[in-house]
Amino acid sequence: MTTSRDHTVTKRPASDAVGRGTASPSSWGFGDGQAIPWEYAPAPESREIVKLQSRYGLFVGGKEIAPRSGQWFTTLDPATEEPLAEVARAGVEDVENAVAVARRAFRRSWGELPGRERAKYLFRIARILQERSREFAVLETLDTGKPIKESRDVDIPLVAAHFWYYAGWADKLDYAFPGRTAQPLGVAAQVIPWNFPLLMLAWKIAPALAAGNTVVLKPASSTPLSALLFADVCRQADLPPGVVNIVTGPGEIGLALVKHPDVDKVAFTGSTAVGKQIGRAIAGSGKALTLELGGKAANIVFDDAPLDQAIEGIVNGIFFNQGEVCCAGSRLLVQESIAEPLVEKLKDRLATLRVGDPLDKNTDVGAINNAAQLAKIEELIEAGVAEGAELYQPACDLPERGYWVRPTLFTNVAQSHRIAQEEIFGPVLSVLTFRTPDEAVEKANNTPYGLSAGVWTEKGSRILKMVKELRAGVVWANTFNRFDPTSPFGGYKESGFGREGGLHGLLAYVRLEDR
Amino acid sequence: MSTTVDRIARERAESEAHELVRAWDGRAAGLGGFLGRIGNVDQVGVEERAAGLAKRSIKRESKLWALDLAIRMIDLTTLEGKDTRGKIHALCQKAKRPDPGDPTIPSVAAVCVYPALVADAKAALAGSGVKVASVATGFPSGQTFLEIKLAETSRAIEAGADEVDMVIDRGAFLSGDYAAVFDEIVAVKASCGQTHLKVILETGELGTYDNVRRASILAMAAGADFIKTSTGKVTPAATLPVTLVMLEAIRDFERRTGRAVGMKPAGGIRTSKEAIAYLVVLYETLGPRWMTPDRFRFGASSLLNDVLMQIRKERDGRYSGVDYFTLD
Repeated sequence: MTTSRDHTVTKRPASDAVGRGTASPSSWGFGDGQAIPWEYAPAPESREIVKLQSRYGLFVGGKEIAPRSGQWFTTLDPATEEPLAEVARAGVEDVENAVAVARRAFRRSWGELPGRERAKYLFRIARILQERSREFAVLETLDTGKPIKESRDVDIPLVAAHFWYYAGWADKLDYAFPGRTAQPLGVAAQVIPWNFPLLMLAWKIAPALAAGNTVVLKPASSTPLSALLFADVCRQADLPPGVVNIVTGPGEIGLALVKHPDVDKVAFTGSTAVGKQIGRAIAGSGKALTLELGGKAANIVFDDAPLDQAIEGIVNGIFFNQGEVCCAGSRLLVQESIAEPLVEKLKDRLATLRVGDPLDKNTDVGAINNAAQLAKIEELIEAGVAEGAELYQPACDLPERGYWVRPTLFTNVAQSHRIAQEEIFGPVLSVLTFRTPDEAVEKANNTPYGLSAGVWTEKGSRILKMVKELRAGVVWANTFNRFDPTSPFGGYKESGFGREGGLHGLLAYVRLEDR
Repeated sequence: MSTTVDRIARERAESEAHELVRAWDGRAAGLGGFLGRIGNVDQVGVEERAAGLAKRSIKRESKLWALDLAIRMIDLTTLEGKDTRGKIHALCQKAKRPDPGDPTIPSVAAVCVYPALVADAKAALAGSGVKVASVATGFPSGQTFLEIKLAETSRAIEAGADEVDMVIDRGAFLSGDYAAVFDEIVAVKASCGQTHLKVILETGELGTYDNVRRASILAMAAGADFIKTSTGKVTPAATLPVTLVMLEAIRDFERRTGRAVGMKPAGGIRTSKEAIAYLVVLYETLGPRWMTPDRFRFGASSLLNDVLMQIRKERDGRYSGVDYFTLD
């Protein structure tokens, strides 16, 4: 592991030549600006609230057990590269065991339980999650590197909201799909990514349990801790053993899990490449499948948009969770007539972003989750420079250790550049321009992905027209990265299929039979 | 001969400018290069941004500096029918020495009173450096005749006002007669001469953030030295999002014209915590150049004692009771 300084792009000699930001926005003015003693206090959340075990086993059958594989791996704090805990590295035999336990729980208890009884457990879980929200927020931030502001105000509240929402459906399944009876599928194998570990867990587990399925969930190997703390919530809620099982390990364990013949349903969130692999692996097996994969969302700003709020939306769209968001607004499409003032305002706003200690509540942009991801982001930034796009990064200080990337803006980007085509999954925004609404739609759709899009305009009719023409699962109007458990979420084209959230999300976990 | 040609040309240019203002619907096209692109404001977005900034916390040393600055930015205000010479005299003493027991506490920026009491305030503040601000132009409603508004402004200045806080004609603004509002500000500015002019938009009556932005730019274009949220007589008075919208208008106006305009949120700001949240929004939007009483004021009365209380708490480590600070 090298130190963070070597990882940062701005360390490279080429960076000055391609344009660097200033420490403060240009509109603040220099020269006549006075030096004032204005500093934000480091306001870190205390780590004390989280009691980390030195070692975490697998959570199978309601108990923490040592892996039969006998192997362990370490999970790091990406902001410091310090180890947080050792976690079991499940082997194939552990997966076998977990699926068998989940099957038993489905047959003997959970599948037969009336919906109103299942609802009680889900409501209980939701309440416990809210009660322990600070603990979860701090742990999530430690393990992912995301700012505490986000885990506290976005991730954890949404996690609880998902459980509340699907708890409400558990005793109403008979009315969810009129004229049809909804039966659980059985055992669900769920593999989730490292960008929103607990939120993705909630998106997967809440509807599965509400519908009467049992689950085996594999969290990402770099962020297993919040799922393992969730295991504790299951115990606290007296959830029957075996209903929720959590196995930790590398990607191949996830693949072994989804391929297991006794699994009825597979749900995966992650990269398109792995999604395709899973699709191939289970083809013809009859397993139900939902995939939520990559994205390269267009955030389209028309000349009549509320500019200052659009700036906030653009910033939130690409720097939320360091841009490690499948639906991140990574392509900014600006109407040419306002491109200049907008980019000027955007650069000013970037200079005020606070990058650093994720546990500090004043922090806007945290650490990149893992070294491999950091390398990938840097490679694509270099590709952007090499292809002739213009780089802008504000000159903020980065911590000595950890995985960091400065908020990055590319202008003069062409549709054919790699940074306009490939999912970067980092705090890198590519700015393109368009002249007419038709051209905006054309450019927005001209990508293998289709997960989300944003439209900024004051004109209601234009919003509706764009929503119809954009081939994306979610279109936000005058906002971005807004989530709600009642709203289905999912992609077109290579962004996946099936929907999570809302009634659509419930449908993915039931078999409909005629009454 | 040439003077006649000049006069005709000047009159035509003036009438064209006037037509432009009359035709202006607050959007981009009308005033074109003169006012620039007005733009609009998204309510959800601006409120969210303001709420996010309010969560910032500043360092203890910065906090003491900010509290000191907040005092220096206060326009200590009394605008009541029951105001008397006695009340004004007392308030002026408080303005000069907010905490008689602590000589390190600075004076406030100004005392803000009704025109009829300007002379009394001026006498009470003589030699102190604390300015006298007078409301004018039919405060608070502005529903009177232009001649009276101008006369009131002139009389207030004759009586010794250093600063004039005028109200805009919201009736005219809301009925779309922007030209009338514009002309009135221009006229008041003309009768102010060198005297500092603050233009009160009364944002609580404007209804939308779009209107706030539009009125801000209109007032600045017409010559305002400061734009101010409220009279304090209408609820809601100053809010954080409204202030953010106005600060963004100030930033855009400066970028366009090179002229720096000040900001005064007034009414409803009662605690140090709120005042610091305003300063955070100010800092994040306009930067250090605006962190001075020359460009930012608080229109407030009860805020002062809360700030004094916080300063003493920061220094002593404990809170004093309310009776340890004089009311006026």
